[in-house]
Amino acid sequence: MSTATQAPAPLRPEPSVEAASGRPGVPFTRLVRVELRKLVDTRAGRWLGVVTGGIAVVAVVAFLVWGEAADATFEGLLGIATLPLVVLLPVLGIMTATAEWSQRTGLVTFALEPHRGRVVLAKLLAAVVLGLAVVAVSVAAVALAHLVGSLARDVPTAWGVPTGLALGLVLALVVYLVQGVAFGLVFLNTPVAIVASLLLPTVFSIVTSLVDGFERVAAWIDLSRVTEPLTAGTMAGQDWAHLATASLVWLGVPLAVGTWRVVTKEIA
Amino acid sequence: MIRVENLTKRYGRVAAVDDVTFTVPAGSVTGFLGPNGAGKSTVMRMLTGLTPPTSGRATVLGRDYRDLVNPGSRVGVMLDASAQHPGRTGREALTLAALTVGVPRTRVEEVLHLVGLTDDEAGRRVRTYSLGMRQRLGLAGAFLGEPEVLVLDEPANGLDPQGIHWMRTLLRDFADRGGAVLLSSHLLHEVQVVADEIVVIGRGKIVASGSMAELVAGSGSRARSEDDGALAVALEAAGHHATLTPDGVVVDAEPAVVGRAALAAGVVVTDLRPHGAQGLEELFLRLTADDAREVAA
Repeated sequence: MSTATQAPAPLRPEPSVEAASGRPGVPFTRLVRVELRKLVDTRAGRWLGVVTGGIAVVAVVAFLVWGEAADATFEGLLGIATLPLVVLLPVLGIMTATAEWSQRTGLVTFALEPHRGRVVLAKLLAAVVLGLAVVAVSVAAVALAHLVGSLARDVPTAWGVPTGLALGLVLALVVYLVQGVAFGLVFLNTPVAIVASLLLPTVFSIVTSLVDGFERVAAWIDLSRVTEPLTAGTMAGQDWAHLATASLVWLGVPLAVGTWRVVTKEIA
Repeated sequence: MIRVENLTKRYGRVAAVDDVTFTVPAGSVTGFLGPNGAGKSTVMRMLTGLTPPTSGRATVLGRDYRDLVNPGSRVGVMLDASAQHPGRTGREALTLAALTVGVPRTRVEEVLHLVGLTDDEAGRRVRTYSLGMRQRLGLAGAFLGEPEVLVLDEPANGLDPQGIHWMRTLLRDFADRGGAVLLSSHLLHEVQVVADEIVVIGRGKIVASGSMAELVAGSGSRARSEDDGALAVALEAAGHHATLTPDGVVVDAEPAVVGRAALAAGVVVTDLRPHGAQGLEELFLRLTADDAREVAA
């Protein structure tokens, strides 16, 4: 039946403004909110956040207790706290992307929002927002540890961190997180995506280091190599170009392939 | 309110759904009946934009499902009650849907009450739910956005007879207020209890459709005689579809027609009656048996 000839359904005597007009689908802000909530409303999601933050804190505390006092600067501690995040944030990204498939909740999610590309974008944003929150908590924990540490050692608390380094660290973490989302979208299977995201870049690094001709190529597309100056706070001209090309290969391509998969895949 | 036109889905050379056409008007509960693997779920997934059709078209409320504004507020969908995250509570699963659809949280409590999930049950993780509870949760999710149309895949699966009658009341009330319901089942008695229109599908094709009354009336009669074989032959010769069963001859013709055929053939009839509710059952069994034979061949 056509909507033009149909009397308003008695169930909804007054269609809401939203239903009467507007673009198909669900407002994007609502999607992001829902995806963010999905990340933290299960034990798995909550624990991933707790563990990620917790490991960072443990690493810093251990360093403060047993490490060299001279290295216990705020900057040094931040670097240590970042290490576990580099491993765990991609897992957060992967789980964000694969959740609908491992638990088949996609049947509900994509029935409520049939425009799956928007759901993918909402998931990406939600993962980045949560990732930044985890980073913020880690930084706060490091700051606290640093304060306690310097008070305990009775040395003045120095907070100096170069802005470039701080931003570089955060950007590197976001890059790894987005890479996780991208790999999750490509494989739509948590364990396979985790293994692939650990193995593929490593294998790539090994291969390029073995084969002479690849050396120059690797400078442009080896993600771990191009993020080194980023985490060291020494980004300069060509480093950004390197970062861009490597991100295109390790983030852009899998994101595109993965999104295409999600959009065209049959949800069953 | 639901219109399916020439809908076809092929996987390679296999047609899972083959040129299916039917409509579900407002005010109707339509049962989508067929054996497992007949293509019911595939039709429903194509209807809700989850599976792209190979050809044909399905519209809900006059539009492609994908073109609906906030579809959750127009169409209530439950395609698999088990497709919920086991680590979420029932209430949390509904809250996520409520946030997406944009209905107030109070609506979550309303639909929980509607489907008879207690406060305690709603607070438990879905992992601990029985199939019946999952079905109720799925129904709650379908009702959440106060939709005009319901699309429910095997909603009675896992419900006890009482639960099925409860669902009948729920869906009947929904249809009486002008809603349209499409529900699938592979069990005839579930559909008989709940639906007033029936679409029967076998191996991807629609094999019968109409109101329950039509299908029961159209399914003919059953006769016992001193020579069932001869009676069946006589009926077939008269152009009817007759099947020999241990309980007599089942035929797609009125008792009077069967009586005349028996008289003409000189067969003594010992028992002749129109099909009651069992008629549809035999129709269904025959249809599915035909399909089974074709599969085997």
